[in-house]
Amino acid sequence: MAKYLLLKHYRGAPAAVNDVPMDRWTPEEISAHVRYMNDFAARLEESGEYVDSQALSPEGMFVRYDGEGRPPVTDGPFPETKDVIAGWMVIDVDSEERAVELAGELSAAPGAGGRPIHEWLELRPFLGAHPTVEE
Amino acid sequence: MDETLLRNLTPGVLGILVRRGADFAAAEDAVQDALVEAVRTWPSDPPRDPRGWLVTVAWRRFLDAARSDTARRRREDLVDGEPEPGPAAAVDDTLRLYFLCAHPSLTPASAVALTLRAVGGLTTRQIARAYLVPEATMAQRISRAKRTVADARFDRPGDVATVLRVLYLVFNEGYSGDVDLAAEALRLTRGLAAAVDHPEAAGLLALMLIHHARRAARTAPDGALVPLAEQDRSLWDTRAIAEGVGILQGALARDRPGEFQVQAAIAALHADAPTAGETDWVQIVEWYDELVRLTGSPVVRLNRAVAVGEADGPRAGLAALAELDAALPRYTAVAAYLHERDGREEEAARLYAEAARGAADLAERDHLTRRAARINARLRG
Repeated sequence: MAKYLLLKHYRGAPAAVNDVPMDRWTPEEISAHVRYMNDFAARLEESGEYVDSQALSPEGMFVRYDGEGRPPVTDGPFPETKDVIAGWMVIDVDSEERAVELAGELSAAPGAGGRPIHEWLELRPFLGAHPTVEE
Repeated sequence: MDETLLRNLTPGVLGILVRRGADFAAAEDAVQDALVEAVRTWPSDPPRDPRGWLVTVAWRRFLDAARSDTARRRREDLVDGEPEPGPAAAVDDTLRLYFLCAHPSLTPASAVALTLRAVGGLTTRQIARAYLVPEATMAQRISRAKRTVADARFDRPGDVATVLRVLYLVFNEGYSGDVDLAAEALRLTRGLAAAVDHPEAAGLLALMLIHHARRAARTAPDGALVPLAEQDRSLWDTRAIAEGVGILQGALARDRPGEFQVQAAIAALHADAPTAGETDWVQIVEWYDELVRLTGSPVVRLNRAVAVGEADGPRAGLAALAELDAALPRYTAVAAYLHERDGREEEAARLYAEAARGAADLAERDHLTRRAARINARLRG
């Protein structure tokens, strides 16, 4: 088994095929989208492949250490050019093929006009456990 | 309370329930309940006959569940007057259980989860934590696995090789988490090797014993990986190595070679060398040739190239490497090592850094990065 991160971007990924901002969908289209996402997660739980999913606020800042006794320096909000993560799902699957298949399914979530968004999701393998037998 | 003793009793108890007519899925649930109950009550009230206690409690749980479920009423027809099987039957029961949990219709992950719970007696929570997934996910994985094997017949022997592959997967998952999966795999393989007369089961047990014996030497106090050549050999568990070598010799004498026996033979040759410099690489290369013949695996060929590099010099190792696909996992790491041994340090440092970027696990990545850093520091000298 291997864990993969499915990363959804607010900004920074190539443009989706059905690229209409969510605030211009109908309320029914939004409901259909949310239902699709929930059903997808429920199916993964049922198949024993679900690990975690979270959504992130688009607002945020950069923070860094600024030396002994000084408060951390903050910077932000993110500039328009910055890649912004919208959320993620973590799955635990038997193969990379299965991970790609699931990412494809998630990318088919319905958007404007009830048609699939075809959005680009970033798929990243976790660094796994070190094998016991290695010579 | 000795939880290992408790868990050792699990497969036998489950086998008895199934022989009495309980279906596997319901029996397995009942045994889990009995185990949980045992953990709760045994410390203050230890039973005289632990196995008998577990059978009684599990059977009662099974009956309660069967009675409360009217749709499954038919089960009750089976419950009365079944004799308790003798000890010989218990061995067969255990073996059948191993086969069922590694059934070829299961995915590797499902077979692993089901084996750890039904044969290993671990709780769903422990298995979930060992594999870093939510408990609900692991519970689903196990119940799906049970549904998948529901129609599999429990009375037919299976293929030992499929069971060995599952146990090897568990062993290789390593030492992270609350449950020591390597130790658990070792315990289960010991149980299998006792229940079935098969040289590869013995071979896998030997392989695990020898690798497990080096465990204390494999990581530095800061958690960094210590490669075999740099390990403090005084930390190796010589008793476990001796046991592994003894089991291996018994298996090899039967002249039915298999990949686990050969891997164990290679591990034994490493274990036999008082210092890394005294390793018998020529013999190791011969075993790798045998392993290539048995498996045809490109990963084995890659490891063979390392051994050739030690036996016949880094140039010979690089020549063996040149015949392989550069896209193989760890190919670049091996190339880096052989270049370093050949004195081409700049190229080695570059390759180590490249290999680190492609590493599949954190310990390996850090190790390769350190190798690159060490050479770069020397070059700056």
